[in-house]
Amino acid sequence: MANKKLQKKTPKQQEYQNFAQKREPKRAILLNCFRAFLVGGSISAVGQFFQWIYITYFGFTEVTAGNPTVATMIILATLLTGFGIYDHLAQYAGAGTIIPVTGFANTVASAAIDHRSEGYVLGVGGNMFKIAGPVITFGVFSAFIVAIIRIKVDWLGGM
Amino acid sequence: MLIGHQSWLFKNAPVILASAAAGGPFEANGAIAEDFDILHDDIWMGQESLEKAEKKLLEEACERTIIKAKLKKEDIQFFFSGDLTNQIVTSSFAARTLGIPYFGLFGACSSSMEGLALSAFIVNAGGARYVMAAAASHNGTVNKQYRYPTEYGAQLPPTAQWTVTGAGAALLAAEGAGPRVLAATIGKVVDLGITDPFNMGAAMAPAAVETILTHFRDFGVDASDYDLIATGDLGKVGHVIAAEMLAEQGIVMPPEKLTDCGLIIYKEEQNVFSGGSGAACSATVTYGHFMNRLRRGELKKILVVATGALLSPLSYQQNESIPCIAHAVAIEG
Repeated sequence: MANKKLQKKTPKQQEYQNFAQKREPKRAILLNCFRAFLVGGSISAVGQFFQWIYITYFGFTEVTAGNPTVATMIILATLLTGFGIYDHLAQYAGAGTIIPVTGFANTVASAAIDHRSEGYVLGVGGNMFKIAGPVITFGVFSAFIVAIIRIKVDWLGGM
Repeated sequence: MLIGHQSWLFKNAPVILASAAAGGPFEANGAIAEDFDILHDDIWMGQESLEKAEKKLLEEACERTIIKAKLKKEDIQFFFSGDLTNQIVTSSFAARTLGIPYFGLFGACSSSMEGLALSAFIVNAGGARYVMAAAASHNGTVNKQYRYPTEYGAQLPPTAQWTVTGAGAALLAAEGAGPRVLAATIGKVVDLGITDPFNMGAAMAPAAVETILTHFRDFGVDASDYDLIATGDLGKVGHVIAAEMLAEQGIVMPPEKLTDCGLIIYKEEQNVFSGGSGAACSATVTYGHFMNRLRRGELKKILVVATGALLSPLSYQQNESIPCIAHAVAIEG
């Protein structure tokens, strides 16, 4: 790979990077994990709450309540993105706001907002999946592979 | 006059006749808000795109500079400007409005001093009576182009920096009253293999150190010859690294002498991670804050070392490291 070759460092570069690394503040990993757990858990609890509402008051089953629950969470995350709150929450929560479906909604909404000035087609349409695109591409591809494995296992007598 | 291999001594010492700085709402809440000539309370500046807002900032800084110098646009022979948007459209579009013969620069965040050094050279050599140098950046346009969308919820590391929304301009003349540009040292591109675009301070620090050492060597001066040596936008991380690298060469300076524009512009509670950055960082701090301090006589002689990271979003995605540069300009009050 050409990139591997490029990444080979001279002794001077290696020495400087060791020197610089010691002087860079590190991410607070433990604290970030705790915050991610707290906020990610809270978002999931909110989701659980909506699921309960849909099951109790709107006649959904535990399985069918999934879709309206996800839709509600997406709408909430998109609104929070539009009002400029989600990015501040994310700076605090880290993975806690990226991993749930709300994080996915945020990637789409934030890119759409940023490129609004280039018009609806080339700007919003062309850029809203700029960050979410890889997630969809590799998500669909992984699902395809897993489905093939599943079919093969079934075909061989199943589990 | 060429001194050494990469420095200029300006014998006629061109005068900074006037200068101005424009900023956005975040800068208005910053530590040096009173040094801005124009402050906006909206990042859009009443425009329909952030790119147009950045252009407006640059135009306002330039127009205010011309008014402060009591001149007209037609009096100015050349205009140097740089910014961070693709194909430096902010500068070129502002030059279209101003109608002054124009040189577009791309030195990333070092554009401010690159422009000032070239302007001083032209005025010093008698190539023009009046030359204007300017630089601009906008937090929103830079995020959009180099990083993630503004509202995207990615957690930034403590080494990240906050791009300044603003513009600074200075008008040089062969004669008049005001701070004088004495010398300049043009930097070489230095690349010590840092690849993290959220750690620009560490990437740029060696370039700043190299330019400062070259400047001292070329002119046979040392830190005691300056009241203040300010790097452009190294932030906390890069500043500490640069100070240690200089100390290793036997150049020890107290924090009130060796400083960084990215540490001056915002307040601690504004939570800008490592500090301010962007082409407007050194431009607004130099053309606003430092010029005022020079005019008040608080500072006699300063060296501004504007630092720039010469990466593109594409080069970063192709795993290239970040080449950096720094240009130093000596100014006397």
